[in-house]
Amino acid sequence: MSGQDSNLNNNEIRPVHTNKVGGSPFKGVVGWIDNRLPIFRIFKYEYLDFQVPKNLSYLWSLGGILMICLIFLIVTGLVLGMHYKPSSSEAFVSVEKIMRDVNYGWLLRYAHMNFASFFFIAVYIHIFRGLYYGSYKEPRQLMWLIGIIIFFMMMATAFLGYTLPWGQMSYWGATVITNLFSAVPLVGNTIVTWLWGDYAVGDSTLNRFYVLHWFLAFGILGIVIFHVIALHIVGSNNPSGIEPADTRDTVSFAPFTTSKDLFAMLIFLLAFVLITMFAPNYLGHPDNYIPADPLITPAHIVPEWYFLPFYAILRSIPDKLLGVIAMVSSTVVLGLLPWLDLSKVRSSVFRPIWKQFVFLFVLDFFILMYVGGMPAEGIYVLIARVGTVYWFLFFLIIAPLVSLTEKTLPMPNSIHEYENWKKQGRIKTLKIF
Amino acid sequence: MSFVLKFSLFFLFFTLTISNFSSAEKQEKLLRQSWSFDGFFGKFDRASLQRGYQVYTEVCASCHSMNLLSYRNLSEVGGPGFSEDEVKAISSKIEVLDGPNESGEMFKRSGKASDKFASPFPNEKAARAANGGAYPPDMSVLVKARAGGADYIYSILMGYEDKPPKGIKLEDGVYYNKYMSGNKIKMSKPLNNDSVTYSDGTASTQEQLAKDVVTFLTWASEPHLEARKRIGFKTVIYLLILTALVYLVKKKIWLRIEPKV
Amino acid sequence: MSENNNNSDKKNRRDFLTVVTTAVGAVGVGAAVWPLINQMNPDSSVKALASIEVDLSKIKEGQEITVLWRGKPVFIKNRTKQEIANAEKVDLKELKDPQHDNKRVKKSEWLVLVGVCTHLGCVPISGKGDYGGWFCPCHGSHYDSSGRIRKGPAPTNLEVPTYEFVGDNKIKLG
Repeated sequence: MSGQDSNLNNNEIRPVHTNKVGGSPFKGVVGWIDNRLPIFRIFKYEYLDFQVPKNLSYLWSLGGILMICLIFLIVTGLVLGMHYKPSSSEAFVSVEKIMRDVNYGWLLRYAHMNFASFFFIAVYIHIFRGLYYGSYKEPRQLMWLIGIIIFFMMMATAFLGYTLPWGQMSYWGATVITNLFSAVPLVGNTIVTWLWGDYAVGDSTLNRFYVLHWFLAFGILGIVIFHVIALHIVGSNNPSGIEPADTRDTVSFAPFTTSKDLFAMLIFLLAFVLITMFAPNYLGHPDNYIPADPLITPAHIVPEWYFLPFYAILRSIPDKLLGVIAMVSSTVVLGLLPWLDLSKVRSSVFRPIWKQFVFLFVLDFFILMYVGGMPAEGIYVLIARVGTVYWFLFFLIIAPLVSLTEKTLPMPNSIHEYENWKKQGRIKTLKIF
Repeated sequence: MSFVLKFSLFFLFFTLTISNFSSAEKQEKLLRQSWSFDGFFGKFDRASLQRGYQVYTEVCASCHSMNLLSYRNLSEVGGPGFSEDEVKAISSKIEVLDGPNESGEMFKRSGKASDKFASPFPNEKAARAANGGAYPPDMSVLVKARAGGADYIYSILMGYEDKPPKGIKLEDGVYYNKYMSGNKIKMSKPLNNDSVTYSDGTASTQEQLAKDVVTFLTWASEPHLEARKRIGFKTVIYLLILTALVYLVKKKIWLRIEPKV
Repeated sequence: MSENNNNSDKKNRRDFLTVVTTAVGAVGVGAAVWPLINQMNPDSSVKALASIEVDLSKIKEGQEITVLWRGKPVFIKNRTKQEIANAEKVDLKELKDPQHDNKRVKKSEWLVLVGVCTHLGCVPISGKGDYGGWFCPCHGSHYDSSGRIRKGPAPTNLEVPTYEFVGDNKIKLG
């Protein structure tokens, strides 16, 4: 229907269809509701009957796991918010009150704290999976881009949340990160003062960070919905990178994918419980149990582990502005990958050269994480620089170059053929991949 | 098999990466102790907690506050296990500034179980003034606020040496400690043999005093440690059972299509 | 739709294993929800403040003080002989919530009440109302000199908190 044209032509008489009641696959009360508000059929079509490639590995369970993490974070955050007081004089004590006096407060706080870490563990594996199997390629570019936006929002939310306990790392982390904005030419200091609402990180800063932490958390939930809508249009990628053609290649979401994802979620949850209940502060920093003190900076400031690679990139560049630009760009280039990697073949299984570079990139990520936690001196600076160079080289040079020159392996015609090849040993993959 | 190998290497590297950044400074190896609260089934030794509280009040409390603790905590589940009457007796010995009363004046009253631990100094400035500019840190979460935790505090308490190694000059009011970063500490050696007389007959050696007070401080930082480990263990068992069940269900469901491939 | 063997599987799907798994899962969800609910109950610092001691020596006959206990006003009244007599002679049949005055006090001159109207939680005003006790301005409940409901929408008498005398002139609330 071409709405614009017909609006111009006022004389034309057309039937209108504002009333779309009917068509529900359900009967009875559910059907009655569904005919007026199609939630049940959306659920049925998109979650029960939805067709998913049958050869998905457990790496595809991370999406569901991330959803669980997000929901648990929001729920535990909601109840913590009932006890937390966002003021510089009360924040530390109120967190300790949660830990000591509130019924199960210690459990809720440790869970919230560690879910944040596990959220990042899951998201890094999720991104790796996308990278390895070319999930960012046509037609999934927008989904990938939305994913990168979510990742940015996650980092912002995590950073804001980390300031809330108002320990030494909270305070000085907030100071260092907000000072990144002072690198902006001309208006830098004005922006920083505006962010603080004060001449240093203080009471006003904490209060607004608390509000923004909430706002962004729900913001993530909103954007995740777009991520999922996009997924349900373009469909899941799979280890072969070949689009499913018919039902020989797919299974329905329930009960096949759901049972598999549930199993993966429980394994993930088991790891989470082991950390949360037996080493709850393992992933944190002891200095954050010292109340914030604007007069003393901790000897060795480190961000939370999940920021370390980016922190290493920031420190590897001796110029303030360029360092900040490099750090931000390191994630932005990730978003540009769909337009940098020009290969028509999605899966690294069929790309022997690219595959090596992807693994090298993963190694680079961990090396940067390691040096990010080390003092910025001596050999660590050199390693960080090499790591940073490879990071950008990987996206900006290697991706286009390899994609244009690489000779890819012969590919099967369909997913079920791919599975047969795998059984015959014609394709070698790790079991989890 | 190679998958398992690669994955575990991956994981090993990951954990190494994370664990390394907190222990960046090169230091004397801490004196590692086997604590009753370590491990999956760790519990506090009640008698040790009670003795540790005695050490805290008779030694540490003259300089270090514990602002986050109340006397009532001493009788709470998972703690030193004082009875409520004992706690009443302990808390009634302190004086608390309360008020204002009907005539608008502040008045002193004897302490109650719900009162916070009495502080040795009215504020941080007074504490610094009395301690040569150094602030004796609040001990409420001290164990969690130091890398190395209980072992670190224990090591500090045991790490004093009367004669510093050659080449190290100590200013007035500064002491040599093997485990302090920079080896200089403004706290004089707090614990000696028989600094405290235990009523339960335990020999009050320096090691014993240090062990007891560290146990007490660990409980103070993490009063719900026992509940956490207990609930944690139950949860792990539960999750193992559920995971096994879900795995079987999943397998059964996938059998419907797997033979067709 | 690919899996049209759904119908034949329907019975199969509800088999023993699935039922057990679902039940075990439901138990876990229930256990996980409990901390989320219980965190809203009074925390242990609030519970610790649940008892206070009040000195009665300064309250003269006929006077009343109000103290704050568990966030609520508590009326402590030193009743006059007249008020005690009035409260004691009331025929229980007249009362909406029959209770003899001697069941509501430990020493007949001292009346201790939670100052919260049993209707919808307002604080009644002392010395007002038709029965020489309290009057709730919100919806017009009248209480007598024993704090019993006599007229108006309130269903029950003013609550007597748990308290005990810890000396001749001292009570402990809670």
